[in-house]
Amino acid sequence: MSPESRYYRAHGIVLRTYKLGEADRIVVLITPERGMVRAVAKGVRKTRSKFGSRLEPLSHVALQLHEGRGELHLITQVESVDHFRAIREDLDRLGKAVNMLEAVDQVAQQDHPAPELYAMLLRALRTLADKDSALVSAGFFLKLLTLEGAGPQVQVCVQCQSTEELVAFSEIDGGLVCREHRRGTGLSADAVRLLQLILGGQLGAALNEPPGPATHEVSQLATRALEHFIERRMRSTAVLGQ
Amino acid sequence: MASVYTPAVQALIDELGRLPGVGPKSAQRIAFHLVKLPEVDALRLADAISDAKAKVRFCEVCFNVSDEVRCEICSDDRRETNVICVVEEPRDIVAVERTREYRGRYHVLQGAINPIEGIGPDQLRVKELLDRLRDHSVTEVILCTNPNIEGEATAMYLARLLEPAGITVTRIASGLPVGGDLEYADEVTLGRALEGRRSVDVS
Ligand SMILES: [Zn+2]
Ligand SMILES: [Zn+2]
Repeated sequence: MSPESRYYRAHGIVLRTYKLGEADRIVVLITPERGMVRAVAKGVRKTRSKFGSRLEPLSHVALQLHEGRGELHLITQVESVDHFRAIREDLDRLGKAVNMLEAVDQVAQQDHPAPELYAMLLRALRTLADKDSALVSAGFFLKLLTLEGAGPQVQVCVQCQSTEELVAFSEIDGGLVCREHRRGTGLSADAVRLLQLILGGQLGAALNEPPGPATHEVSQLATRALEHFIERRMRSTAVLGQ
Repeated sequence: MASVYTPAVQALIDELGRLPGVGPKSAQRIAFHLVKLPEVDALRLADAISDAKAKVRFCEVCFNVSDEVRCEICSDDRRETNVICVVEEPRDIVAVERTREYRGRYHVLQGAINPIEGIGPDQLRVKELLDRLRDHSVTEVILCTNPNIEGEATAMYLARLLEPAGITVTRIASGLPVGGDLEYADEVTLGRALEGRRSVDVS
């Protein structure tokens, strides 16, 4: 074996796939050790393929890959760890899951280990597979921003540190503002409470919140904050909502 | 990032990059290949594209490829009119026809819902499908989208849309291996899958 060419094993979650040529796919994965990995799955679109469904987006897999000289690795073995069937068979949950996959696809980088990001995505998908929740993708976006060092300030006014009368979210300032320093988008008191739960270590409580106007506000805000950070519109939110 | 190519070459690369299965690097490689071609060869390719574009069109009813305004299947009186098989692409009709199990009509969506690529129901022939169902002569819709995540999402979306209208919505049974493309399914498997279709749960 030449020094440029070697096999390695990895756990990964499939973020997206592209068709390649007649019957192959490029599979984009997030892995803990190597961050984003782009790899070719040969013959995967043939219905007799040994890879079968295991390399569909959302699949949690254990892989063996071959790393050559190029940027694209080659998938040589796949085992399914989890298929998240409950998510796949429910359009609402699938929409939320795809939102999260797209967000990870936007921030993950090749050859940058991403153990926290990987663990966070896996946790969120497991939560969603367990039960649907209005705030799962919003919670994920906000946590992701925090992980990237761009988490919004939601406990005090970004201008005066006041904890009273937080009434709006200012994207430019990256956080909530009080009535006196108000600018940006107005928020209900319920939405402020949910934001404080999500970023104040009580995500579980926020995830129990039934869908309503406040969860909608928070979802919108989280999507905008993420879009501001990645400097690009989220495509999947436009398609299936959330 | 400023382009390092002349505008004409960059435009060619951009156009090639829009083709299915062509990534940025391939687009670059093909573009430079084309630029180096003798003029007559390059023009022959351009002619073939505009010729195909001018002569092949889509059936006004089902959006199958067709030489006429209506395709052969939609013009065939012997085919049942009360059932429509919904597929993603014209080539999927070929796959279903090979089974000889199906005698109804088709509807080609011209794609599948792919949220991460920003492709939603509005970019597909969904509205046209609803138009075809309006006069209540169709009693069953078979969702024959690919057994992969985009195909499943499309099927779930359509089931949710159609079921309240009182139409029986079925999905081909997965004797089909998930993750594959319909066009690669062998006739036997696909035929069995059509026979064993089941109602779609709308939750
Ligand atoms: Zn203030
Ligand atoms: Zn037709």
